[in-house]
Amino acid sequence: MAEQPMPLWEVFIRSRTGLAHRHVGSVHAADAEMALQAARDTYTRRGEGLSIWVVPSAAITASDPAEKGPLFEPTASKIYRHPSFYEIPEEVGHM
Amino acid sequence: MYSQALNERIEGPRVVEDPAKLAAFQARIDAEERIEPNDWMPEAYRRTLVRQIGQHAHSEVVGMLPEGNWITRAPSLRRKAALLAKVQDEGGHGLYLYAAAETLGVSREELYEQLLAGKAKYSSIFNYPTLTWADIGCIGWLVDGAAIMNQIPLCRTSYGPYARAMIRICKEESFHQRQGYEIMLTLCRGTAEQKAMAQDALNRWWWPSLMMFGPPDSESQHTEQSMRWKIKRFTNDELRQKFVDATVPQGLYLGLTFPDPELRFDETTGHWRFGPIDWSEFKRVLAGQGPCNRERLAARRKAHEEGAWVREAALAHAAKKRARERAQRIAAE
Repeated sequence: MAEQPMPLWEVFIRSRTGLAHRHVGSVHAADAEMALQAARDTYTRRGEGLSIWVVPSAAITASDPAEKGPLFEPTASKIYRHPSFYEIPEEVGHM
Repeated sequence: MYSQALNERIEGPRVVEDPAKLAAFQARIDAEERIEPNDWMPEAYRRTLVRQIGQHAHSEVVGMLPEGNWITRAPSLRRKAALLAKVQDEGGHGLYLYAAAETLGVSREELYEQLLAGKAKYSSIFNYPTLTWADIGCIGWLVDGAAIMNQIPLCRTSYGPYARAMIRICKEESFHQRQGYEIMLTLCRGTAEQKAMAQDALNRWWWPSLMMFGPPDSESQHTEQSMRWKIKRFTNDELRQKFVDATVPQGLYLGLTFPDPELRFDETTGHWRFGPIDWSEFKRVLAGQGPCNRERLAARRKAHEEGAWVREAALAHAAKKRARERAQRIAAE
């Protein structure tokens, strides 16, 4: 009998209070509870984390790297969004 | 190294790549950009990585066996706890690597199936037996030492998920080497019998450790392409020399001798020169005729088969729980 595939989960870990959860890798597990345990054993054997999120990999929608040009174009053309776009006389001091 | 069987031809149809895309890909590599899972990549790059990462993952998993052999017989609780943690790390390393390979479009089940069917290779080093406790010292000191030599440059390999897996692995590997060397040091400072045991282990593990770096550059068929794609950063022979240079002084500190009459320090180059490696032994072990090849695969198959009911039960339980939750939701609506 062909082996039934084990669902894939993406693992996110908060390493310290005040930091965001960060993607660290993935695990295979039958359900969310086992995915959490597998993530703990696989990615936090040396106190790397205070909190773990597991998310079914299939639930993630990703942008297409080949389309990154058109996707991020609006950000490149709007230089007036940066503080350095505006000229302030030196006498005014730091702003 | 952990992927020393890269000389075999990669199966699959020859793909003719778009020269413009190839050039853009090479430009990204040359600019030290990391390639990520959804990026365009030449088919040969993908296949090389699947094979290399797969062999590496299998090596970690099979590598648990020779050491697992000594967990119940470790000489003290301290040694036992450390060995247990080390073997657990190797299992973890296998998982990071399978996960990295999966980002290339191959499933862990497929890779594992190839290992169990004897179609995929793993490092030749794990086909040698661990006869005494000193072998555990030698594995940590030499085998993990050789692995670190190979894996540190892999932290900068061009494929992002592989590089990130290697960074995690390298952080953990250092403990492995130190615990091995400490075992050797304790034996060498012990009774004459204990020191003889350490010497015997070094005699048996030295040459197989040097073989871990794979065939010599003159016979390594894919080195050039892998270097161009920055999958590899150093050649097999370069890494082997680095390892010898780092390891010989450590062995001399232990008061041990190396089983190589030609080993000598070359004042002009600052390198330790070593005698010829028996490549026929390497080929034999890689081809399945090492002392423990059959035993290792049999142990993996047994573990896989005997664990099947656990995997099936976990999936069945998850399906049942999902169905129950669905029924409750419908009832509540």
